[in-house]
Amino acid sequence: MIQELKDHATLADDFNQDEDRVGWHDDTLWWIREKRDKIAWQVPDWELLRSAASNIKDHVLSNLNPYLLQFEANAIANGITVHWAADAAEHNQIVLNILREKEINKLVKSKSMLTEECHLNDFLADNGVDVIDSDLGERIVQLAEEPPSHIVLPCIHKKKEEIGQLFHKHLGTPEGNSDPQLLTEAARHHLRETFLSRKATVTGINFAVAETGEFVVCTNEGNADMGAHLADVHIACMGIEKIIPERKDLSVFLRLLARSATGQPITTYSSHFKKPRENQEMHIILVDNGRTKQLGREDFRNSLKCIRCGACMNTCPVYRRSGGHSYHYAITGPIGAILAPNLDMEKYADLPFASTLCGSCTNVCPVKIDIHQQLYKWRQVIVQSGYAPKAKVLSMKAMAFTLSSPFVYHTAGKMGRAVLKYAPFTVNNKFNPWYKQRDMPEPPSASFGEWYKKNRN
Amino acid sequence: MSSKAQILAAVLANQPAKLPQPVFEPFSPQGENNLDVFVKTAKGIGSSLHFFSGMQEVKDLITSSFSVGRIISPLAELSDIAETDFADVDAHTLEDVELGVFKAHFGVAENSALWVTEDLLGKRVSPFICQHLMLLVNKTAILQNMHQAYDSIGAADYDFGTFIAGPSKTADIEQSLVLGAHGPRSLVIVVLG
Repeated sequence: MIQELKDHATLADDFNQDEDRVGWHDDTLWWIREKRDKIAWQVPDWELLRSAASNIKDHVLSNLNPYLLQFEANAIANGITVHWAADAAEHNQIVLNILREKEINKLVKSKSMLTEECHLNDFLADNGVDVIDSDLGERIVQLAEEPPSHIVLPCIHKKKEEIGQLFHKHLGTPEGNSDPQLLTEAARHHLRETFLSRKATVTGINFAVAETGEFVVCTNEGNADMGAHLADVHIACMGIEKIIPERKDLSVFLRLLARSATGQPITTYSSHFKKPRENQEMHIILVDNGRTKQLGREDFRNSLKCIRCGACMNTCPVYRRSGGHSYHYAITGPIGAILAPNLDMEKYADLPFASTLCGSCTNVCPVKIDIHQQLYKWRQVIVQSGYAPKAKVLSMKAMAFTLSSPFVYHTAGKMGRAVLKYAPFTVNNKFNPWYKQRDMPEPPSASFGEWYKKNRN
Repeated sequence: MSSKAQILAAVLANQPAKLPQPVFEPFSPQGENNLDVFVKTAKGIGSSLHFFSGMQEVKDLITSSFSVGRIISPLAELSDIAETDFADVDAHTLEDVELGVFKAHFGVAENSALWVTEDLLGKRVSPFICQHLMLLVNKTAILQNMHQAYDSIGAADYDFGTFIAGPSKTADIEQSLVLGAHGPRSLVIVVLG
């Protein structure tokens, strides 16, 4: 995909071409953030819940090896086949092998950010397997041949008129009709046919319980259940960090997940899969893909506590105004920006810089990940490792030179004020990134140093 | 080395010093009366509610509201108005079911979710594939919150279980809420007793 060659700032520029859309995107996500606040404040022990969730996840990460073994043993005892995948390629190959063994070349898939991370759909398509995404938002971006722009709201960047056009082209809805009710009804019929005819399904996993070997999948649409309960083969994919110790721990996470994500008290369905149906095959794929490496990075390991609610995106002033596609990674927003560099520090060197470090993400995170502090720490790791963007290296060198000498510093300040005053056209142009979408300020008549000298008595 | 051995070795090498398993305090209820909170929350997410004293009223509601279409229920009391022997049919043949009626183990006040397990459903797909869903719950089985819910579930040995809260829904198109995404278009909750 061509956009993978561009960095966050360039992609955000593309998104910012349409100012009305940026405003609408910003308002929509903030509205979801407000819904989250409203419902969180109704829970008397919200902060205690966050602490409990954070502590459970910290405990899991510190004891992950035995929990993985316990989960595997219990899942096998329940009649589930368990696979282990070191990376995305192995994960994708395991899925393909299961399908080939059953001679299945059509698949229905519910939402799984892990399969997005592994680019499963592209891999299966290249190998002759037809995949239909069943979550409405994911189906929409799939028809538009785009990646999701948000982990919970995959097509949050799309206007209903664009969706109406897509559905007219692919599902035969009336031209020019963009009524959400009508479009959803059309998708319901189209996907019901899919559920009834596909013999294999892939789902994600929200939580995997070591104590019982069961796993929980949460949806509002019921698409994971429709797929799983009608298919002969159910393949459930999870990162190894999705383990929780006991069934009762689900109480903490199910109270937090939907409230943090969309401001709902719980998702419509929280389905607990413990054993396959009679004559059904059930597989779980446990995937590493960089997670063990992140576990070893002391400063960044607690990013693995993430339960994929998306609250950090909805609240992020940069995400809301730059759009999910500007992150050029499967997991968008602040959490994506601290997960992606672990996989490829060079390719994702720009992402930790796509933040104001305001800390709002950290404040809303239901499992208390210190996201903004990790963004700051990644910047240092990236610069020290030599992956900083070139323009940033140059400007940092210029700044270091300026700040290292009082003479250069004072002269530079004077020059800056003079330029703004007498030659504003040299900065008020498209070559200055600070001028984009905003005006430059009026220059002050004197520096603070000059003002202080004059006024200190 | 197999991927399993490789992953487990890397986890062991990289996991930090073991932290204790947290013990959390009991959490506070969200309101004085569980049933009141349950009703308010259920209505808020698009469920409708009825308060009946017995199964005859349930039957009357079904015959007056769902006069057309196929009705399934594993409840023997409904055998004169619903198919009750669908546990062994191919799940795909349930695609034209208009209404499914099932008992729930309990309801949860804070989110109006109802807990059902495979043994109450006849087939796993039945509460998802029907156009409309009716769940019956005893008035005395409304719990405060999810902590009480999992205390109640305990170590129960189900093959499949799910919390159902409201009708199937989506807001993927410009955040406009639409009921009836892939599952039931409506959820009718009958509180018995």
